[in-house]
Amino acid sequence: MPHDHHDNDLDEMTALTRALETVLVEKGLVDPAAIDAIIETYSNDVGPRNGAAVVARAWTEPDFAAWLEQDATAAISSMGFTGRQGEHMRALFNADGVHNLVVCTLCSCYPWTVLGLPPVWYKSPPYRSRSVRDPRGVLEEFGTKLPEDTDIRVWDSTAEMRYLVIPQRPDGTEGWSAEQLAALVNRDSMIGTALADAP
Amino acid sequence: MNGPHDLGGRMGFGPVAPEENEPLFHAEWEKRALGIVLCCGALGYWTIDESRHARETIPHTDYLRFSYYRIWLTALIELLQRHGELSAQELASGHAQTAGNRASRRLSVDGVAGVLAKGGPTSRPLENAPLYPVGTRVRVLNLQPTGHIRLPGYLRGHIGVVEAHCGGHVFPDTNAVHQGEQPQHLYTIAFDGADLWGQGERLSVRADLWESYVEPV
Repeated sequence: MPHDHHDNDLDEMTALTRALETVLVEKGLVDPAAIDAIIETYSNDVGPRNGAAVVARAWTEPDFAAWLEQDATAAISSMGFTGRQGEHMRALFNADGVHNLVVCTLCSCYPWTVLGLPPVWYKSPPYRSRSVRDPRGVLEEFGTKLPEDTDIRVWDSTAEMRYLVIPQRPDGTEGWSAEQLAALVNRDSMIGTALADAP
Repeated sequence: MNGPHDLGGRMGFGPVAPEENEPLFHAEWEKRALGIVLCCGALGYWTIDESRHARETIPHTDYLRFSYYRIWLTALIELLQRHGELSAQELASGHAQTAGNRASRRLSVDGVAGVLAKGGPTSRPLENAPLYPVGTRVRVLNLQPTGHIRLPGYLRGHIGVVEAHCGGHVFPDTNAVHQGEQPQHLYTIAFDGADLWGQGERLSVRADLWESYVEPV
């Protein structure tokens, strides 16, 4: 790509992105400080710790779990997690014999407010193509093996409903606080490709 | 459209490759791309549906080899050009030739938190009652428009059971092409895995489908 700055040794995407940002800033359409603030938000504030706090609270407060099941958007927003790609939430509770797995076969829909930005594999053709057809095979690639008699429910995020899996609370955590429990709730367990960590 | 994005059930992409301790971004440009895409969305030219459709119309061979941030950026450039805010010459030279038309709507740094926290709810009140109560069996229509649709191809023709009514929601097929929101009832519909794929014990797949995507059985 022709350039008049000294970027000729930059890789193609770095050069393209830099050129686009420069043009848009010069046009007054984009504020570089706003870009920084967005990066900052998703790097530090909005991520899977939010979802883990929701899950841990559901594990420890039956009333909250009931609210989450009934109206996840309201229950989650009561904890301060609102906004882009979390406007319409539903919580999916794993149980003995029932395991939920979330995908977006058509693009990359993902509950940003509780999980942050999606990982690369979630947006990639292997996951998007196979999770609806062969979820057990996909789970094995994550090292997750379920009992044979488990019903697997795959949720294809085709509209603006966003899904948060509530994994089962691990055994051996009786009496733990919500803060302690949240540390066991890994991101993938809230997508459904993993289980919560063992204590 | 039967585009490269409609991946459910396709074969041959190989194993999923989860990355140990995956970084949030794999390159600096990805961070900037995320920010640029969100800032440009705030200009108000396009809906999320138009932006999805712009991604779907990327040529198959590019879509399948591009990283997702590259897909975003490629579609963004198309959208900016379509709406008269960017020329190919400007992008090639790396400098603006004209001022932006909607500079007054530029997302300021102070506006970021509000925009992200507000999001863009798509629920809309509807006067008509939903046609299909929970528990109704419905068949997915064989819809293959050349424009935008949020019906995965693998569901066409299959019978599912309405599991939940999600209320009225903006209809993406029209909203993507500036034909208005035309909200419809949205349903979560459950399909049997063995019916979809010819095999698949103890598997069911759910999708959120608009009323006009299905018919009564």
